[in-house]
Amino acid sequence: MMSLKAFLIVASLLFGIGMAGIVINRRNVIALLMSIELILLAVNTNFIAFSYFMNDIAGQIFVFFILAIAAAEAAIGLAILMVLYRSRGTINVAAMDTLKG
Amino acid sequence: MIVNLLFVGFSALLLFSALMVVTLSHPVRSVLFLVLAFFAATVLWLLLTAEFLALILILVYVGAVMTLFLFVVMTLNIDLVSLQQPYKKLYIPVGLLFTALLSGILIYALFKTESPFIMYAQNVNTISLANVTQLGQVLYTEYALPFEITGVILLAAIIAAISLSLFQPTTSKQQSASEQINVKKEDRLRIIK
Repeated sequence: MMSLKAFLIVASLLFGIGMAGIVINRRNVIALLMSIELILLAVNTNFIAFSYFMNDIAGQIFVFFILAIAAAEAAIGLAILMVLYRSRGTINVAAMDTLKG
Repeated sequence: MIVNLLFVGFSALLLFSALMVVTLSHPVRSVLFLVLAFFAATVLWLLLTAEFLALILILVYVGAVMTLFLFVVMTLNIDLVSLQQPYKKLYIPVGLLFTALLSGILIYALFKTESPFIMYAQNVNTISLANVTQLGQVLYTEYALPFEITGVILLAAIIAAISLSLFQPTTSKQQSASEQINVKKEDRLRIIK
């Protein structure tokens, strides 16, 4: 039951849910950041599962670095969000069209 | 036996709370379900004997990053109505289709694979050291340079976050302490004889 395949299936479902979150909540920046956290969690679970079943500690080292970088990313993303809200009064992605892109 | 039960139960909890994070429209509830998802993932990581990373996930992620998320969500006075998708009914089937396709392809490939790494992977725990000892032995020798670079990246993130939120045109009224201290009697008081 608790095999490598089972963990990979759970992680791939979690990854799919995170991707769906990006598609469904396209307007809300906070929801987008949370979907990215879900995707990172799926990838980290994959790394740890491979590390356990292949008896190699390198996978866990990788997860350690990913966690550090993800924390930095969340901090900067939320700071940008605060600045955006202060200058625009909204966090709607559809309202960010100043560059006419 | 009990390990299998734990695995199935907490995997189901993880997927359920992830689904709630994505579908709920209120951001505070989404953040709280994300915390629940992290706790469920922690149990899965503990089953894989990655104790150090599991505890780091709770301490750093739930303790710091999720608190930051909650703080930002509660600080911003978000207009929830404008964030509702006008055509959300269209996006949900598209999102589900994406999920089904992506996860379906991944799981299909997993069952069709003939890779010996995945077919015959077994944990043969030959090392009797604790997880933290094992990690520490390679982290400070083989991976010393990446470890230091991570520290520099975190420093850059601190500087970026502070400078982003510090130098802002203020829209609210606030005190100017230096002007208050430097005020003279003549500025405020006019003596009429």
